[in-house]
Amino acid sequence: MRNKVVMRLIGARIGANVLLLLAISLLVFLGTELLPGNVAEIVLGQGATLEAVAGLSAAMHLNQPAALRYLIWLGGLVSGNLGQSLVNGDSVAALIASRLPNSLLLAGLTALVSVPAALALGITAAIWRGTLYDRVVSVVTIASVSVPEFLVATLAVLIFAVRLHWLPALAYFDGTDSLSGLIRVFALPVATLSFAIVAQMARMTRAALVNTLESSYVEMAVLKGTPPARVVLWHALPNAVGPIANAIALSLSFLLGGIIIVETIFDYPGLARLMVDAVSTRDMPLIQACAMLFCTFYLLLVLFADIAAILSNPRLRLR
Amino acid sequence: MNAEAAVQVADLRVTAPGLTGGQVMVVDAVSFAIGRGEVAALIGESGSGKTTIALSLMGYARGGCRISAATLRVGGTDVLGLSRRALARFRGRHVCYIAQSAAAAFNPARRIMAQVIEGALIHGLMKREAAEAKAITLFRALQLPEPERIGSRFPHQVSGGQLQRLLAAMALITDPELLILDEPTTALDVTTQIEVLRAFKRVVRERRVTALYVSHDLAVVAQIADHIIVLRNGRMQEEAATARLLAAPAHEYTASLLAAAEPALRAAPAQTARPLLEIAGIVAGYGRPGNSGLPPVPVLHGIDLAIRPGSAFGVVGESGCGKSTLARVVAGLLPPARGMIRLEGETLAGAAASRTREQLRRIQIVFQMPDTALNPARTVARIIARPLVFYHGLSGAAARQRSAELLELVHLPPSLVARYPGELSGGQKQRVNLARALAAEPSLVLCDEVTSALDTVVGAAILDLLTELREKLGLSYLFISHDLATVRALCDEVMVLYAGRSVERGSRDTLLRRPLHPYSDLLLSSVPELRPGWLETAPSAPAGIGRVVGMLDGCPFFPRCGARISDLCAQEKPPLRHLAKGAEIACHRTEEQLLSLQPDTGAAKLLPLATASTS
Amino acid sequence: MNEAAPATHRRVRLGVHLSLAGLFGTIVVGGWILVALAAPALAQHGEAQIVSGTVFGPMSRRFPLGTDYLGRDVLSLILYGARYTIGLALAATALAALCGITLGTLAAASGGAFDGVLSRSMDTLISLPGLMFALVMVAALGASVPVLVGTAAVIYTPGAFRIARSVAVDINAMEFVLVARARGEKTHTIMIEEILPNMVLPVLTDFGLRFVFIVLLLSSLSFLGLGIQPPAADWGSLVRENIQGLGYGAPAVIMPAVAIATLTIGVNLMIDGFGGRRRRLFADER
Repeated sequence: MRNKVVMRLIGARIGANVLLLLAISLLVFLGTELLPGNVAEIVLGQGATLEAVAGLSAAMHLNQPAALRYLIWLGGLVSGNLGQSLVNGDSVAALIASRLPNSLLLAGLTALVSVPAALALGITAAIWRGTLYDRVVSVVTIASVSVPEFLVATLAVLIFAVRLHWLPALAYFDGTDSLSGLIRVFALPVATLSFAIVAQMARMTRAALVNTLESSYVEMAVLKGTPPARVVLWHALPNAVGPIANAIALSLSFLLGGIIIVETIFDYPGLARLMVDAVSTRDMPLIQACAMLFCTFYLLLVLFADIAAILSNPRLRLR
Repeated sequence: MNAEAAVQVADLRVTAPGLTGGQVMVVDAVSFAIGRGEVAALIGESGSGKTTIALSLMGYARGGCRISAATLRVGGTDVLGLSRRALARFRGRHVCYIAQSAAAAFNPARRIMAQVIEGALIHGLMKREAAEAKAITLFRALQLPEPERIGSRFPHQVSGGQLQRLLAAMALITDPELLILDEPTTALDVTTQIEVLRAFKRVVRERRVTALYVSHDLAVVAQIADHIIVLRNGRMQEEAATARLLAAPAHEYTASLLAAAEPALRAAPAQTARPLLEIAGIVAGYGRPGNSGLPPVPVLHGIDLAIRPGSAFGVVGESGCGKSTLARVVAGLLPPARGMIRLEGETLAGAAASRTREQLRRIQIVFQMPDTALNPARTVARIIARPLVFYHGLSGAAARQRSAELLELVHLPPSLVARYPGELSGGQKQRVNLARALAAEPSLVLCDEVTSALDTVVGAAILDLLTELREKLGLSYLFISHDLATVRALCDEVMVLYAGRSVERGSRDTLLRRPLHPYSDLLLSSVPELRPGWLETAPSAPAGIGRVVGMLDGCPFFPRCGARISDLCAQEKPPLRHLAKGAEIACHRTEEQLLSLQPDTGAAKLLPLATASTS
Repeated sequence: MNEAAPATHRRVRLGVHLSLAGLFGTIVVGGWILVALAAPALAQHGEAQIVSGTVFGPMSRRFPLGTDYLGRDVLSLILYGARYTIGLALAATALAALCGITLGTLAAASGGAFDGVLSRSMDTLISLPGLMFALVMVAALGASVPVLVGTAAVIYTPGAFRIARSVAVDINAMEFVLVARARGEKTHTIMIEEILPNMVLPVLTDFGLRFVFIVLLLSSLSFLGLGIQPPAADWGSLVRENIQGLGYGAPAVIMPAVAIATLTIGVNLMIDGFGGRRRRLFADER
């Protein structure tokens, strides 16, 4: 009986997310429909003959009604056929495949560094709440979330690359580097990305914990003589898993914004840079594919957080 | 004040930081002692400092309060002399605490057993197995069902009354030198309270526990305490042995508390006219109605009642019985699935939006929580002026004039109009609440638990006001409460509700006269009386849920009923019986059978009805 | 009847405690708004005026924040940039808040299918990563001022909607709203009289946070060259234009970024300063 309830809840979450993804795909498609002018003309340039435009229009299904084109596009997305770049005619799938691992590596490293750091900061700040340590953490994290990534990045480059010459200013990496080389290459981008995310996550973790620390059962635990660390870790933490998982998912989704900036500044060959370049050249098929990929990533994060919250709640787990 | 005393307190003071800076004295010069194996009680209303005193015995102060005392010793330990670490070793080992709301005091994410034995483990008193074995012994002593298995459940899987007893097990696991019980039964229904109280009393006596019982309810304390300390505004008013304090209170304030605990009956104007409000066959509930037209969560199952002009009709029942839903249905906030509502013969639409403004004006509702019933962002003037504009088109000077009259009517000074609700006391808020209802010049006021959130003395004053307004304005009330004593004090007619069904209906006097419906009997005899020894003679019934159960064929009270007829009561709807005393009950038992089944004690002593007039 | 009214409550309503950090934040934010309003009077040089032969010049008496890649006065550029950064963000925040609060309150007050449809649509919008959505919009419609403000507003409306709706739902369940309903008041009266006045504080807090996000979003767009287009330049554009100066440690790169940081930190400190919780006074409040 217990698993039925949980499975139903999780199933409902997954279903909702699939629907959401469909709605997003519609939005992304409509967004590109707003583009003025005939795409075929844009692709072929001003000197194109009428026949050439007509031919390309037919090839790109531009003569079909929008609803049909949406379905064709959606079918392509699902089957992995993402179309051709308007700029150089390369396969979108191949372009993305060449960049995606790089971005995943950067994001993965950042998550690896930032999640434990943020949890440690947030939990210790909650245990020692009201102390000088807590206040310092609070002010520093407020400042970090308020600062744009490009300021952090430029300052970091200025200090560590330009002044101290410790680290390279650009993040080229060809896969043959040694471990120390790898660290040198990734230190600045990962640090920049982690900066805001750690602060965000730590603040939300602390808030979630402090919220549960104000409940009666925590007061009861204190009156039982429970030591402070046990109060936080054994009593408060299990009740804050849902909000904390949510905080992690939300903060990691900020990574999506940060990665766009960081890849640009450090000239890192990732997916986000591909998308920024596509935007400046209005390469719609590429933009659409990147956008869908980012949204899917985001929804997956939120889904994991939701499932963690459901599984950690005994009221849902056991009736 | 001897060396044997388990607890010695002298000149205890607690200060709280004031909002405007400086310190506010919350507890002032309190001194008392509790002998070994004795149970002392702290009695007082909200703000009397009783919980603050109890917590200071654990060296614990909430929200930045500071404790100081000439002596504060528990079992030979100087509590205020302990370091932070020593305090943690002391709490839960030498002094244990039972909180008011067990539902909130248990961690929802941990199993019950782990929480019950946590104290014994962190203080290193015994091994896990030994602690679990001891917990099970305690569960058994506290008469918990399935003592071997209840510990493996999560808090949300057991009832409120059981949780409260589990909290007691958690406190007793370390055999503390002092047990603090802080309003441990206040959040429970009366019929549940009785079982919990009994269990507490038994373990306290059997284990010779020294205890401090904190409560606002003198009748409850009378059952369990050896001596009572009366507090008011952080100061001691009186301290005496229980029997003496109840029989001959030395202090005036104690006498007023005793008086308010058993409210005098208000005189009722006898009238026989055609009903002002009639409702018949009301079925209502929450959620979107299904194919049958019935709501998925049914709350009321066919309620009939009639209220005569100028009379007060009481609806009494335990939490979840549907009494507040009834008020919402009458007010048009919850359109019923079936049934009809008639105001002076005129049928009312189910939803407020479909009623005429005149119909709306004649029925006003007053809610329980004075804190949430008034818009915190509006001044008293504006709150009262709104119905004046809405129903009577009054504005400007005329509205101000009328507002002043209304405030006078509820005995509030006119200077209050500029205040915001946050600046009023609980009793004042409830009066403004009434004034707003009166502004409409209604015929019927729906009072939903209007005194429940207030201290007894303040609540009694509101009851007086309601009586006075009824005489002055010829108002009728639909008065809803879980508290039988309040309903009895004000109402001419009473309906007892159980699981959304009326089990008994009759005049106030007949309700107190036997025979009664078995549930009314249980409810009536579960109300604690102001005499030591009552608990021993009080009835006992299997604990059950007075909550709404779904549509069923038989009698909803059947599982808990001492007079049930096995198959009949479970399967068939009980018939309505008109009893010789004038009341109407829904029961399969005949009048003679009920009479012979009911014990001689119980409701009998409630019979003398001294009708006092109040003005 | 003669129960004493708790006199201490009066202060709670009127005087919101403002911490020192909160006061500091308020002063910084107020200062920047003044700068934005009075930029032409404060700036020594014109927006596009090349006043020095030195590019990426250091701080000096004549050019307190140095010169940029064309030899313009950085201080003057920052003063003018404040108008774009603050002006656009404020417009977008106001638009987002207006839509969010109106729809949120309406959804809470009406409930039912209207609420359901609206909430689901907002859920869809909120699950689009902001900067990415902005990139798509800019790609499709170009980077004009209305597109930027509109995009930022669309991105942050769902957040404002959620906050407003949840606060309104809480208030809607309160008994004073039930009393108003039972009185026969119309939905819009209940919204305006009973619900909205109690939403001010949480909604204002949210407004501040959203303003910070929008400032960061628009600056990031400008930094990518996809925000406000030259010759107009907000602080993000100034960083982008002068990025080559990084190698020389030119103040022209750092100072506009610092300006953004002071503004956003200021707003955050201000919000934190106002959000002080009420303390529990008496232990035995039942």
